[in-house]
Amino acid sequence: MPSFTLLAQSVLSGIFVGGLYGLLGLGLSLSWGLLRLINLAHFALAFLGAYLTYTLSTAFELDPFWCLALVPPAFFGIGVLSQLVFVRFRVTQFGSLLVTFGLTVMIESLIQWIWTADYRRLETVYGTASWRVGPLFVPVAELLALLTAAALAGLTWAWLRYTWVGKGLRACAEDPHIAAAFGVNHRRLALVLSGLSAAFAGVAGAFVALIYTLAPAQIYAWIGVVFAAVILGGLGNPLGPLVAGVVIGVSEALTMALTAPAWAPLVSFTLLILVLLLRPGRV
Amino acid sequence: MRRLAAPAAFLAVGLGLLVPAAATLPAFYESFLYLVLHWVALATSWSILSGFSGYFSFGHGAFFGAGMYATAMLATGGLPFLPTLPLAGLAAAAFGVAMGAVVFRVPRLRGELFALLTLAVTFVLATVVLNTRIDGGPGVYLSAVPLPRLGGSATGTLYVLGLAVALLTVATAYAVYHARWGAGLFAIHDDEDVAEVLGVPTYRYKLLALGLSSGLAGVAGGIHAMFVTYVTVAETFSIVVPLYVILMSVVGGARHWLGPALGAVLVTVLMYGVTGGQTAVAGRAVVGLTLMLVILFLPEGITGFMVRRRSNRPGAPAPRPVSPRPAVAQRRPSDTGGPPLLVCSDVRKAFRGIQALRGVSLEVREGEILGLVGPNGSGKSTLINVVSGHHRADGGRVLVGGMDVTGRDAHEIARLGVARTYQIPRPFAHLTLRENVAVAGMFGRLGHRRRTAEREAGRWLEFAGLADRADQLPAALNLHQRKFLELARALASEPRLVMLDEVLSGLTPSEMTDATRLVRDIRDRGATVVFVEHIMRAVMELADRVVVLDVGELVTSGAPQDVMRNPDVVRRYLGTAHA
Repeated sequence: MPSFTLLAQSVLSGIFVGGLYGLLGLGLSLSWGLLRLINLAHFALAFLGAYLTYTLSTAFELDPFWCLALVPPAFFGIGVLSQLVFVRFRVTQFGSLLVTFGLTVMIESLIQWIWTADYRRLETVYGTASWRVGPLFVPVAELLALLTAAALAGLTWAWLRYTWVGKGLRACAEDPHIAAAFGVNHRRLALVLSGLSAAFAGVAGAFVALIYTLAPAQIYAWIGVVFAAVILGGLGNPLGPLVAGVVIGVSEALTMALTAPAWAPLVSFTLLILVLLLRPGRV
Repeated sequence: MRRLAAPAAFLAVGLGLLVPAAATLPAFYESFLYLVLHWVALATSWSILSGFSGYFSFGHGAFFGAGMYATAMLATGGLPFLPTLPLAGLAAAAFGVAMGAVVFRVPRLRGELFALLTLAVTFVLATVVLNTRIDGGPGVYLSAVPLPRLGGSATGTLYVLGLAVALLTVATAYAVYHARWGAGLFAIHDDEDVAEVLGVPTYRYKLLALGLSSGLAGVAGGIHAMFVTYVTVAETFSIVVPLYVILMSVVGGARHWLGPALGAVLVTVLMYGVTGGQTAVAGRAVVGLTLMLVILFLPEGITGFMVRRRSNRPGAPAPRPVSPRPAVAQRRPSDTGGPPLLVCSDVRKAFRGIQALRGVSLEVREGEILGLVGPNGSGKSTLINVVSGHHRADGGRVLVGGMDVTGRDAHEIARLGVARTYQIPRPFAHLTLRENVAVAGMFGRLGHRRRTAEREAGRWLEFAGLADRADQLPAALNLHQRKFLELARALASEPRLVMLDEVLSGLTPSEMTDATRLVRDIRDRGATVVFVEHIMRAVMELADRVVVLDVGELVTSGAPQDVMRNPDVVRRYLGTAHA
């Protein structure tokens, strides 16, 4: 039996990695739940954001947090553009999965072309800094990622719940025709949401660059577990991916501490399978 | 002669492709050709389940990997290489069927949910393989396994094996595509509930398709283990396999037996052929771009596009009969007052606390036309859904022809001779009218062979006045024609009991006259009719007997005139009289 400190540290790191799952899952959940588009390219976009952050920070010696002011707004534009394409070609839910897979492969090739397949590590003060709380270590970058995830999820939740735009979006997700009959401009709202979701990918990417070593193939490593968080959290619910992400992160971390690290994926995917088998109607 | 053409073509292609093996090409070309055939086998095996039945799987890597590891384990364990291949297929098929036996029991687990589930299963299998003695982490080397000589060289041997599995897979896809159960799979693709109600044993067919699909992928995996000679979890279960398989099938057209093979050749040539070394990155980008463009511009793939162009060619417009007439002579005399064909006793059904049926008991006699009326929400459609087996009753019993069918699957009830129509027509969108109707002939009470069913379907379409549109897709029909298609489909199984759910609603008065005549024709041909209707003129005109339901209970039954004068019925429809 591992020591109490080890377990506590595991739970803590599980919470932090869960925050990142939530951050990556937020945009995915919004576009799936409210626009009925499964955007696989979300992960590739996040990694593009991570590489941009890497270059801006190393080549231009920009503080990584300044990148947050540059990359997400640019990605907003990408999101709007992609939504225009989806609407123009009337892409179905399943079609969107395939189209965005094609986009993923293209972005991956682009990354490999510009940054090569070598590993890249962004060396910053944030990456290594950590606070000591009693016997536990709190890494600063991961704490910031968790706080950002919570803030974005909370703001999005409030935006969807209390503003006119948010209510319109939820109405469209229920029934676009009825919503249109009540004067909701679905197209414009969808453009905003798609842009926002891409911008969130940019934010997530900045934190991925701060915390992890980058390689183009890493794009695929996140897909399974983040999808698990998105489905467990309930599609279109901004708080869902974060909560489910933390649950998955903690259970993975505990599995790693109690058995071997390689067993960790079993937890999230078994959870995902169980949710799909027992409550398919919820998704 | 046509029956022999396809096998002959397969033989010719197979022999033709054997030439490279005999000619001992440089190993590079043999490897390249092997890879093409490898992907042909994987993509085509995927489409047997996913392309045909519409259950898009992201888990093909799991079956492929199960086969790969089965061969790796058995061959390194001392078994000769060739006998491991059928065992690899069996292992993968067993894994697939075990998964399907659970997953296919869950309703609504389709589309992207099924895709994600199969992806998750892949990762679970990968984790288990990685952490147990199957792999254990370092991977499995097969370099010490002796490879029997079938071609000029080692790569030649693998090429011959790849050719064999590719031909076997494409031939299987061809056979399934043209077989009766292939038609069943296509019906499942478009509307699984309707397929089941028409008599397609959906669960068994899906399981069978999954078993074949995963088994063939397993054999391809077994050969591939020997090709790569070093099997690792990261490579085997990576997301690349399912995604490329889907890409190839979709590019070629997943609904056609040859589509995935075409797509596989195209994509593999793009991936390995045109590009090499430095330009490999660009090659991947081209693959990604191809996928995007195909989905955007040719969502049904190359073969789908070609098939559609062919079927859209305008045929000679045949004159549409003004009034539908029966195409077949009377089968049985109607004998009102005969023994009960349908007996419902104390049937109950609730949906999440809403009691839709609160113990309904009724009998329908052989040869009668029974009108089922009642206000909206009174449980009429629920009753039809329970009798046809779409919903399972919570309590009570349903007997058809004296046989207890309570809780039986819908396709078994259909085979006893029960057919129904839907209030909102639900045609199979991707099947022609003829194929739509033929499904009923193949899987209903008659169990026709495919060709017989398609010939008979033509006669039923004539009966419904749709003969000139037999080779069009249902999207070309208006509401009135769709309703008649529903009727033709229900009748094509020559059922003993037909349940019509509001066939008349939404029709114009003259169309309604056509439809009422049709209903009477159906009875005159010996079938028993239960019809749900709000249009009282039609009820009075057609029904021998009327049953009134309200809030899930039977209010009264009897001759139409008597029932309509019943004060209780009047009150329930129109409210209490105060004058």
